[in-house]
Amino acid sequence: METPLTQHIVADRQPLSLKEYERVGGYESVRKVLKQMTPSEVTELVKASNLKGRGGAGFGTGVKWSFVPMDVPGPKYLVANADEMEPGTFKDRLLLEGNPHQLIEGMIVASYAIQANISYVFLRWAYKLAAHEITKAIQEAYDAGYLGENILGTGYTLDMHLHTGVGRYMCGEETALLNALEGKRANPRAKPPFPQVSGLYGRPTIVNNVETLCCLPHIVNKGAEWFKSISNSEDAGTKIYGISGRVKKPGVWELPMGVTVRELLEDYAGGMKDGLKFRGLLPGGASTDFMVEEHLDVKMDYASVAKAGSRMGTGTMIILDDKTCPVGFVLNLQHFFAQESCGFCTPCREGLPWVEKILLAMERGEGKPEHLNILDFHTQFLGPGNTFCALAPGAMEPLQSALKYFRADFERHITEKRCPWKK
Amino acid sequence: MEEVAPKVTIFIDGQPFEVKPGKNLLEACLSLGEDLPYFCWHPAMGSVGACRQCAVKVFKDENDTVGRLIMSCMEPVRDGLRLSIQNPQAKDFRSNIIGWLMTNHPHDCAVCDEGGSCHLQDMTVMTGHNYRKYTFEKRTYRNQYLGPFLNHEMNRCIQCYRCVRYYKDYAGGKDLDVFAAHNHLYFGRHEDGMLESEFSGNLAEVCPTGVFTDKTLKEHYTRKWDLTTAPSVCQHCSLGCNTIAGERYGTLRNITTRFNGEVNGYFLCDRGRFGYEFVNSASRVRKPLVRSKLPESTSKSIALEEAAKMIRNGRVIGIGSPRASMESNFALKTLVGDEHFYQGVSEPDHDLVEFNLEVLQQTEAHILSLKEVERCDAVFILGEDLTNTAPMLDLAVRQSVRQQPMLEDVPKAGFPMWQDAAVRELIQDKKGPLFIASFQPTKLDEIATETFNATPAEIARLGFIVASIIAGEEITVHDVSEQTQRLAKQIADTLLSAQKPAVISGTHGGRESIIKAAANIGNALKAKGKDVGIMLTAPECNSIGLDMLGGHRLESAFDAIGNGYADTVIILENDLYRRASAAQVNKFFDKCKHVIVLDSLHNKTTERADVLFAAGTYAESDGTLVNNEGRAQRFYQVYPTTEDMQESWRWLIQLGDQVQHQHMRGWEHFDDLLPAMVVAHPNLIGIESITPPAEFRIAGQKIPRATHRFSGRTAMNAVNNVSEPKPAEDPDSALSFTMEGYRGQAPSSIIPFYWSPGWNSVQAINKYQLEVGGPLRGGDPGARLIKPTLQSRSTHFNEAPEHFQPLDRHLFLVPLYHTFGTEELSVHTKGILEKSPEPYVMLNSHDAQEMNLAEGDTLAFKIEEQVYQLPVKTGSFIARGAAGLPIGLPGLPFAALPAWGILNREISWKKQPQPIS
Repeated sequence: METPLTQHIVADRQPLSLKEYERVGGYESVRKVLKQMTPSEVTELVKASNLKGRGGAGFGTGVKWSFVPMDVPGPKYLVANADEMEPGTFKDRLLLEGNPHQLIEGMIVASYAIQANISYVFLRWAYKLAAHEITKAIQEAYDAGYLGENILGTGYTLDMHLHTGVGRYMCGEETALLNALEGKRANPRAKPPFPQVSGLYGRPTIVNNVETLCCLPHIVNKGAEWFKSISNSEDAGTKIYGISGRVKKPGVWELPMGVTVRELLEDYAGGMKDGLKFRGLLPGGASTDFMVEEHLDVKMDYASVAKAGSRMGTGTMIILDDKTCPVGFVLNLQHFFAQESCGFCTPCREGLPWVEKILLAMERGEGKPEHLNILDFHTQFLGPGNTFCALAPGAMEPLQSALKYFRADFERHITEKRCPWKK
Repeated sequence: MEEVAPKVTIFIDGQPFEVKPGKNLLEACLSLGEDLPYFCWHPAMGSVGACRQCAVKVFKDENDTVGRLIMSCMEPVRDGLRLSIQNPQAKDFRSNIIGWLMTNHPHDCAVCDEGGSCHLQDMTVMTGHNYRKYTFEKRTYRNQYLGPFLNHEMNRCIQCYRCVRYYKDYAGGKDLDVFAAHNHLYFGRHEDGMLESEFSGNLAEVCPTGVFTDKTLKEHYTRKWDLTTAPSVCQHCSLGCNTIAGERYGTLRNITTRFNGEVNGYFLCDRGRFGYEFVNSASRVRKPLVRSKLPESTSKSIALEEAAKMIRNGRVIGIGSPRASMESNFALKTLVGDEHFYQGVSEPDHDLVEFNLEVLQQTEAHILSLKEVERCDAVFILGEDLTNTAPMLDLAVRQSVRQQPMLEDVPKAGFPMWQDAAVRELIQDKKGPLFIASFQPTKLDEIATETFNATPAEIARLGFIVASIIAGEEITVHDVSEQTQRLAKQIADTLLSAQKPAVISGTHGGRESIIKAAANIGNALKAKGKDVGIMLTAPECNSIGLDMLGGHRLESAFDAIGNGYADTVIILENDLYRRASAAQVNKFFDKCKHVIVLDSLHNKTTERADVLFAAGTYAESDGTLVNNEGRAQRFYQVYPTTEDMQESWRWLIQLGDQVQHQHMRGWEHFDDLLPAMVVAHPNLIGIESITPPAEFRIAGQKIPRATHRFSGRTAMNAVNNVSEPKPAEDPDSALSFTMEGYRGQAPSSIIPFYWSPGWNSVQAINKYQLEVGGPLRGGDPGARLIKPTLQSRSTHFNEAPEHFQPLDRHLFLVPLYHTFGTEELSVHTKGILEKSPEPYVMLNSHDAQEMNLAEGDTLAFKIEEQVYQLPVKTGSFIARGAAGLPIGLPGLPFAALPAWGILNREISWKKQPQPIS
């Protein structure tokens, strides 16, 4: 089993220095694309590899790049979205802390493909160690001539800057990230225009997730067919899966795309902790729908998870056990989403706090039968397109599926006028 | 002419409609008269899609029954597009948007100033959201002190973002913003304090609910439905912005914007909006006074008799006024005879306005309207500090600098211009060209490409050079620094490469040569085939109109009295102490045998009156004003007065009657004056037909000044008298003073208020427009009296002034202006006085150093015989040897600026006079 992304990451060991990284083949892809490929060849290669964005939406990376107008004068930008704030998600952290040069290498490849001369790493504020490692790595890359003017004598110029955010979940949304990067409020922007046309400072911009970018050197080095071959599913490549919750061995693992939920839960996370029963899971972070017992044999790839009524999201699961109150579980998430709403559009700004208050009331034994209707109504009306961006629809995913799979638990809160899980 | 794209067909709930392409669905639906609720969209500010209120269903084709919800403000009109407003899911969603907004709204309509004219109320009713389901606590905020004009009540906020989008993005303000996040968004200042923008008052109209409300209205609050309102025209500068003035119980309560697509659009400046309090001032002249009968006031008939006696027995001259209506000036001119009529403006203003008018009549450039300035893509301002001299022009120029980057970048990016956030993102802080030549830095400098601070002579010289370069002629201006030449070249090249260049100048620069330079530039650009526009400001609201009526200069009036040619003067709404030096005016009055004054406020001139007639202000009068572009606009009396206080023209007609004046025979009402006026002044043709005549009726009815919701119509005076008085009649216009009358829409020039079923807020304006954001149905009101010349008569001006030469022991004083403080009437509003500076003199900091003067020290100097002792302010931009004097500030004696001031003998600002380049 190949683990290209994590092969050089060893727990409790410093990430590879540039020299060490080069010794294991690091920055080869930069040499290759800069010296042997045209930008459009790189884009075509990535298209052919069927690499899909690992940030959650799963949009084809090469296709996304191909929307960048290549004939307009003036600057273009590449941004690595390292603002990993999806609850339950810590896959990018592994890559950032474990092998920052791999990210930089991927960013150079992507920047070259869209002919960007300026790139940014937009990093979650709390990832202090990552900030330290990336700063060091960027400097090493500059010193070695992989960044800056006339890279490897090819005439191509790329600058790279680290930008640490201030801890807003909204910045995971690419247009809000761009606003934040410009020093503006982290409100999302209307699409169209898409960032590929009018992004950072109104210029063509590509925002890619860290994991996505880390795939690029390997695709360049080993080819599109190889990338497709290491997967178990339609979706190419490996995926960094994660599990949190009360399992025996929570963690992250790089596995072929399309392993089943059961494999992950039982073979890698070691199953539920003793005395606890599995009740459900959020497959790809807090903003995905619950999957339950019947979905354990679903393959973790974009299409299969969608078929099961959820979303692959970030591919990092949160497990719900039978000793945890599902209402409290969802309340915790809704508190997060309500707080992280930017406040720009009405349904999200006003709807999420309402949902949170209802769940809180239920947990306190103050729930009323009509509250369920109001929750149902929110899951219907905070849908995609109704709100300005995907935050509120994402927030509704765990709620709507919890209401579907655990409705009896919600009802018990109301009829018993207390949380049955509380002593 | 813009190209007219063919219309496209959209289907609304199955019905086909022809609509203009390029618009968004919300605009299209509203223009078709549909009631589709919205909050964050504003016709002047475009769409951002924040509030989600305007959701509709769109369908792929006629077989699609499911459709999808979209925000109509964010969706472009497309041929064949099918949408449903009535779709149950769309309706449900819209009503739930209100439900969400109401979760934190305090439901305090009963104590909210916006109540009854609140867009949020209207939209709530429109969506059918009736019962609230939210049972939890509401969030609350601490409100801020924002200065004397606006009240802040954040708890009512529905977070539509309109305020910051207007204040920051549209008006260029910096001290209002949105803070915090999620449902704790806060719209306000970083700390309590006066809002800095001169256009802050528009927040009260932009805000769809009661967060920002008019604080001056609050001091004498009345529900909108209880106001008696009339279409009016702002009197506080020369631009002639259209306003609606509202009254209750004999006091003027507020001023709101009256939409005019050619002039002010949706907005007003704070001087125009809040400067109305002089109407309610304690210093009003409310009854006629006759000196010999003081201290008692006099009856109308005694005053008229006394004055008539003086007129009959005296040799009479009349002094008109640029702040009085055309009708009043014309009545006075007729009463005293053309040869005895004097314009009553200061010496510099007389020449400058006359010259302005000459340029307007002869220029080959297009005379711009305020609205057209917004669409210009390169602007050169000569000698004007627009923010302070013609505030709404500042706002227009702020829009113009967005034109060039917008026109260049947005079509390429392929999304529509109304997508405001995307447009602003795309063009970032790119600005189209704006060049400003002024005496000292102006507020617009922050968006200027280049600025040039110098004396009037140097500004004119720069302008002449620019004109020569454009014309490709030899530069006749000598001795020009390389730097100035470079700047002139840059300005000329930029104007030449623009699509719609604009030249803005006016009388506030105090020098004809500046206007000449501006005229030359306009003509030169026209000669090069450019679609060039020119805009010239004038000193006051009817300066141009008065000049079109004609009349001698004020100095001649002084001479006429001084040399005994005349002995009696009638002064129309004019404080001569603001027009000439106190010494001159005192001398004049001392020589007058009889002084008859008509005015609305007591001032130094009314103190000299033998007979003083109480003149109605614009709120108590009908009249016409001609603005800086030569646009005649009618203002209407808002509420009836007693017979002791009348329009000046009515007093003058009655005086004419008393003296049996042959030319005034048969004059009684407003409409009697206009035909006579155009006969006597053919240059004013057109002025007689800008509004419907007094006999105008719709379905046999007059147009009511009050809405049908007006309360207490029969009982509001019962506290004084239980028998219901007969409503006052208005013989001068087609408006009735009450709620009785035709309930439909009035012709555009005579719209007293905006109201439509379901639309009680200012946003009812949508229903009065041909298409939302477009002109009023029946055309925007007012008429240009100055028509473009058919054949070129334009003069090319040659005589550029020489370099400014400083004089030791002298200061060359140039006029400085203040939005709040300079204008005579508006300073009677408490808040405006609060914002107006104390008198000062502005020196170049080097000069101040040479004179051993520090900021705040007193400097004494003399202009003519007038002694000034003023605290010093210093700045590094005012030219050396020159100084700025804030003209018109309360307490600052008149000076005809620019002028040399003589310093006290001991003070020398310079050891060796040197020429300054």
